[in-house]
Amino acid sequence: MTAPTAWEPIIGLEVHAQLLTRTKIFCGCATSFGAEPNTHVCPVCLGLPGALPVLNRSAAEMAVRTALALGCTVRARSVFARKSYFYPDLPKGYQISQFDLPFSEHGHLDIEPEGGEPRRVGITRIHLEEDAGKNLHGVAEVPGQSVIDLNRAGTPLVEIVGEPDLRGPEDAVAYLKKLRSILVALGVNDGNLEEGSFRCDVNVSVRRRGTEAFGTRVEIKNINSFRHVQRGLAYEIARLTDLAERGETFRQHTRQWDDERGRTVFLREKEGSDDYRYFPDPDLPALVLDEAFVAAQRAQLPELPDARRHRLTSVLGLPTYDADLLTSHPRIGDFFEEILRSRPGDGAFAKRAANFVMTEVLAGTTTHGLEVSFPITSSQLVELLGLVEAGTISGKQAKDVYAAVQGTDRSPKSWVESQGMAQVSDASALETICQGLIDQNPKQASAYRAGKTNMLGFFVGGVMRETKGSANPVVVNEILLRLLA
Amino acid sequence: MELLDRSIVEVQAALARGEVSARELAEATLARCADPAHAGVHLDHDPARTLAMAAAVDDKRARGEPLGPLAGVPIGLKDVLVTRDARTTCGSRILEGYRPPYDATAVARLRAADAVFTGKLNMDEFAMGSSNENSAYGPVKNPWDPSRVPGGSSGGSAAAVAAGLTLGTLGTDTGGSIRQPAALCGVVGVKPTYGRVSRFGLVAFASSLDQIGTFARDVRGAARLLEVVAGHDPRDSTSVVQPVPDWVSACGKDVKGLRLGVPREYLGEGLEPEVRASIEQALELLRGLGCSVVPIDMPHTRYGVSTYYVIATAECSSNLARFDGVRYGLRVAGKDLRAMYGATRDAGFGPEVKRRILLGTYVLSAGYYDAYYAKAMKVRTLIRRDFDRAFEQVDAIVGPTSPSVAWPFGQKTADPLQMYLADLFTLPASLAGLPGISVPAAKGAESGLPVGLQIVTPAFDEARMFTLAHAFEQVSPGRWDRAWPRA
Repeated sequence: MTAPTAWEPIIGLEVHAQLLTRTKIFCGCATSFGAEPNTHVCPVCLGLPGALPVLNRSAAEMAVRTALALGCTVRARSVFARKSYFYPDLPKGYQISQFDLPFSEHGHLDIEPEGGEPRRVGITRIHLEEDAGKNLHGVAEVPGQSVIDLNRAGTPLVEIVGEPDLRGPEDAVAYLKKLRSILVALGVNDGNLEEGSFRCDVNVSVRRRGTEAFGTRVEIKNINSFRHVQRGLAYEIARLTDLAERGETFRQHTRQWDDERGRTVFLREKEGSDDYRYFPDPDLPALVLDEAFVAAQRAQLPELPDARRHRLTSVLGLPTYDADLLTSHPRIGDFFEEILRSRPGDGAFAKRAANFVMTEVLAGTTTHGLEVSFPITSSQLVELLGLVEAGTISGKQAKDVYAAVQGTDRSPKSWVESQGMAQVSDASALETICQGLIDQNPKQASAYRAGKTNMLGFFVGGVMRETKGSANPVVVNEILLRLLA
Repeated sequence: MELLDRSIVEVQAALARGEVSARELAEATLARCADPAHAGVHLDHDPARTLAMAAAVDDKRARGEPLGPLAGVPIGLKDVLVTRDARTTCGSRILEGYRPPYDATAVARLRAADAVFTGKLNMDEFAMGSSNENSAYGPVKNPWDPSRVPGGSSGGSAAAVAAGLTLGTLGTDTGGSIRQPAALCGVVGVKPTYGRVSRFGLVAFASSLDQIGTFARDVRGAARLLEVVAGHDPRDSTSVVQPVPDWVSACGKDVKGLRLGVPREYLGEGLEPEVRASIEQALELLRGLGCSVVPIDMPHTRYGVSTYYVIATAECSSNLARFDGVRYGLRVAGKDLRAMYGATRDAGFGPEVKRRILLGTYVLSAGYYDAYYAKAMKVRTLIRRDFDRAFEQVDAIVGPTSPSVAWPFGQKTADPLQMYLADLFTLPASLAGLPGISVPAAKGAESGLPVGLQIVTPAFDEARMFTLAHAFEQVSPGRWDRAWPRA
């Protein structure tokens, strides 16, 4: 946190999140990332003459789940509106969006900014709209020309408009991380900033502390990582503060974050001609989201990250650090909970399992959007940890078994048996070995009995050697102490 | 009388009985189309395609395969309907040579019904006009008098049927674009209830008003054609789920006791005397059929033109934004993107289209929206209520389709408002989304040109509209085979 100045930053974020529907919002084309350009297109998303939109039901379902998870109200009857502007990536010359009657409003998000107090910030509204295509420049096949890929055109988006409740870069980052974790937990968005499926526009202004009125704001574009949010905002707040200190005024405008040079640069004026001529789309009837529809979506809401974290810490007693790490991705949380189900309500086991997952499993886990690939299946891990809990193998052996079974479909149990690794806990078998050792090493036994207690290690080591490390050290200790007494 | 001058319903029967082949009919239409007098009716005319479609139907029949309800019937299409095997220009330079990759739903349904396509028909550019003088590809002549307009915007569709170039045509009606040219060309033209026929593949002018409808020589023919293209389509969110009744069977039912309302506002100023006389005669004939005819009030009629021209232009300014030179159609190079947009649209659109885009852009602009678009939408509701109230007292509303008979070329082109007033009587039903039909009522006493009677019924009650129109047609001096000079 930078030291407070006389000037207070006011930040509001607009997030565009692509919904993970199978098909586009107004046609049957597949939604896809990275396909050959212009292969997932049809008359509707190409904006061909005569084509008409038909709303994809699952886009509405996902949008409503998003709204409910963010504490928003859902409007029973909302309206799609046309937002008109000319741009080559916008095939119809208008974007189908929502304007004065969005489907959802009045939500909130609880954030815990780094170094700050947890608090609740407002969400003004969420509306449903279609994405545009992409203009491409510098494509090798067509040097010197701009070309357009319309695969993305018509991908469903929710635009989540936040209240100007954020007061610094840390707030903004916390807000975005939290929002992303919720959308990903809902399964409605893959949270990928780099590929642009989760995009944010940042609005920032400064005002003198203690005053009410907002200063002139700027919008920052090209923010496609949390690091950019942090750096871009820090830069812009300092710049705006400096201008304010010097009493300089400027017109509302849009800037672009230049990450390489570490600064924002002027992009364009917010012109008075920013008139999108919104009007209700006559091709689409009003979007009616009745109580039954909303209730059905509410019933499908998964446990959200906050609730899951709370359950792990207060019910199972895991440290906050563990709970944060294990709920950082919904699939990791699911994986961990599958392990927990093998010994329900066992807090001590939960902690041992958490340790194993955090130290061993997560090191080899990769995530891409909603997808997570684990080096071991949860059922393999349940079996492995079960062997430890039963005393069949030691914690140390468990790491060796993990190394042997990860990335394979081997059963840990069969592997332990086939390698003769089972830990020997059989007291009578161990007692024979211990007695034999004592008999063969009378000098050392006498030394121990004479008070040289560190000689115990000699005998333990001997048992371990003879059992190739499979002896249960606790049982061995017990027996030796008795026999040498 | 030649088969081409008969009703679709009779020709269907003749085809089914094998009295005529689809190919013979197709050849007959092509022979008539070859007459230079009809130049300008078609924008895309491909005799080989027409003959191939006809031959395919004859082959199917010869093999004993099941045939669709319009098997072998020659049908023409207004060029605003997209077709995968023919150019679709909408009468505009901006779509010159454009070949769509898909069929409009109505076109696909005609194909499935084994109709034979006779070509794409001329029209006012993007369906904006009342005289067909706004086509970028030249005017269509009225078959009754080649010095006069056929009406519009479906001028080609009306003229093709009047001239007997084909048996039926599809047109589109946004503010009267089927009913008015039907009246001016002396044929039957039907605009069904909004939502009856899928708009998928109809190149939009004003989406909340556009509706596909039919032209034919007689009421039964227009009804049969409509039966084939009507019905719910999941690809059009404004298409309604409503069963399509047997409208041909509705023709011939008794009309005795029906109460007909004549809006006082429709017989007021601006009506040509010979039109008034023809309509008064028509009302007399309807009384003779046992109907009662009562005057009614439609107080918001006078706001129809202004309301319509706010809503329709607003929607058109948005619908025509896609013609930007980027993906299809005309592109005129410019020094940068904005210049390319400007040059393309300047060269591609005609003056009436530009006028309406400008007007529509203006009424949707920030600061003007409430004064124009929002207010027009409120008045639209009032106009709808006029009809609701009227239908509490009467079963149908009747009156003139057009205030005048076909006028000479150029007479109204200098004054857009005069042109807009040509749709005065058809606009209210469009704004209310109601079904309307124009039936030939008479030859005007002065000009000898056709006058049309408009019948409007409640939403989705096309059956009553057809019943009444058919009953009137039987006694009308304007009926096709009585009035047409060459009949």
